[in-house]
Amino acid sequence: MTRRGHVLDLLVLLVLVLYAVPFFWQLLTSFKPDAELLQAPSILPTRLTTVHYDAVLGRSLIPRALTNSFAVAVLTTLSAVALGLGAAYALARFPVPGKNLILLGVIAGTAFPQIAIVSPLYLVMRALGLRDTWGALILANVSFALPLVIWLLTGFIREIPEALEEAAALDGAGRIAILRWVVLPLVAPGLASAALLTFLGSWNEFLFAYTFTASEASRTVPVALALFPGVFEVPWGDIAAASMLASLPPVLIVIGLQRFLLRGLLAGALRE
Amino acid sequence: MTKRQRADRRTGLLFLAPALLTLGAVTLYPAVSVFWLSLQYRIPIFGIARFAGLDHYAFLAADPRFLNAARVTLGFTAASVALELGVGLLAALLLRRQRAGRRAALSLLLLAWALPSVVTAKLFEWLYHPTAGLVNVVLGGHAFNWLGDPRLAVAGVILADVWRTMPFVALLCYARLLTISPELYEAARVDGAGGLAIFRRITFPLLRSVLLIALSFRTLDALRAFDLMFVLTGGGPANTTETLTVYAYRSLFQTLQLGLGSAIGVAVFALVMLVAWVYLGMLHREGTAA
Repeated sequence: MTRRGHVLDLLVLLVLVLYAVPFFWQLLTSFKPDAELLQAPSILPTRLTTVHYDAVLGRSLIPRALTNSFAVAVLTTLSAVALGLGAAYALARFPVPGKNLILLGVIAGTAFPQIAIVSPLYLVMRALGLRDTWGALILANVSFALPLVIWLLTGFIREIPEALEEAAALDGAGRIAILRWVVLPLVAPGLASAALLTFLGSWNEFLFAYTFTASEASRTVPVALALFPGVFEVPWGDIAAASMLASLPPVLIVIGLQRFLLRGLLAGALRE
Repeated sequence: MTKRQRADRRTGLLFLAPALLTLGAVTLYPAVSVFWLSLQYRIPIFGIARFAGLDHYAFLAADPRFLNAARVTLGFTAASVALELGVGLLAALLLRRQRAGRRAALSLLLLAWALPSVVTAKLFEWLYHPTAGLVNVVLGGHAFNWLGDPRLAVAGVILADVWRTMPFVALLCYARLLTISPELYEAARVDGAGGLAIFRRITFPLLRSVLLIALSFRTLDALRAFDLMFVLTGGGPANTTETLTVYAYRSLFQTLQLGLGSAIGVAVFALVMLVAWVYLGMLHREGTAA
């Protein structure tokens, strides 16, 4: 590696750090004392404080919203992956009638605008008595995640050599057993990718959550953040702290599970 | 059809059924019934529910607010997508030659993409603060009212959207660039090709199909965008950032005109499907040409 190469590597990293400044600026804001936020704005604070986190965690609806978001995202992910795996297995391996039409519908499903279906869905949720419950959000998010999950998993299952399943069938294994003991272990990394994208999608989802919830009983973090109350003036420091808490899962996924995230993203976009 | 094939077919449908039922009930049924809803006067709080025929569509065709929203949507989409593709391509070219710290580089890049869009809205609302915002401080203490000035607000929203979605484009291009063999560049250099010629003759043609894919995804997303402008500006000031989606939402859940709002939703639906159809055709031609 040349010296010039190292300098260029560092330079690119520096450019990317600058690119992420909107995030880091909010991070810094979340630790700045109130007095230094609006009056005589300074780049670097004279001291760091945790008062904003104390306020958000102790005296706001954010902790409850974090719980709602987490529960909805986990249950959405589990359901979407379970339903999607079955559907993908069928589409990849069984002589299902109308298979191509179903796959085409699945692709079209990824392009559906939320805003177009939110009004009938609102009436459905109301009729089912699901307004302001986790159930409404899970149902809506699962359905919205399914096209991508089915699309990804169908591709991943098709990459597995079919001979393995045929061998298991010759040994007398049933379809469920083959799915559980042959397909599932081989498709696990792909399953992780699909699960991560579903979790992120549910964690970040705003329109359905904003429409179907009415109180702290089911409001998720994006909704709580959008409605963050200010009494006389906008509490910028508290909002910054709440934003950072809402960013925690995505940031952890990007740093810790990057490999699976990249695989899912690229497979979702680039597969024919 | 043998007995075994029939059994396989049945098992396949059984595996498929739960997902298809969910999609049918929660996506397909609403997608169909939104058309029905758009043909009605529905104002739930007053108990109004009667057939309207095409009244809403006739109203929208002459509604200046609707035409403005359509213009804002198309302008936002064109500007956002063009910038995302340009900057994304540039970022991918920068990243390609990265050796050390690749993981850190990708983390920094993907961060903006992975955040909830409501968080992005809050980050930029603070950056754009007239007196204390970083943007104005960096610009030398100007007091631009980014989100309150009708001439600046759209630009403010576009910038936030580009920040959030450029990484997706960069990532797709970067992945494609990694598959181009170094020998190809070696050979071109031996033949005396300069940097610009190499980009024009080798890199860009090989990136064409992935750029087209990125263009399709990003256009469809930009046409459907809602969270960012709804939270950042709420469609204001003076409706300069009111896209079709925001207009639809306000009609549905703020003025509670379920029928009219649904008609706007149908318009978005039609627009997105039309664009998707055009892009599918282009991708198909690209696939057969390559």
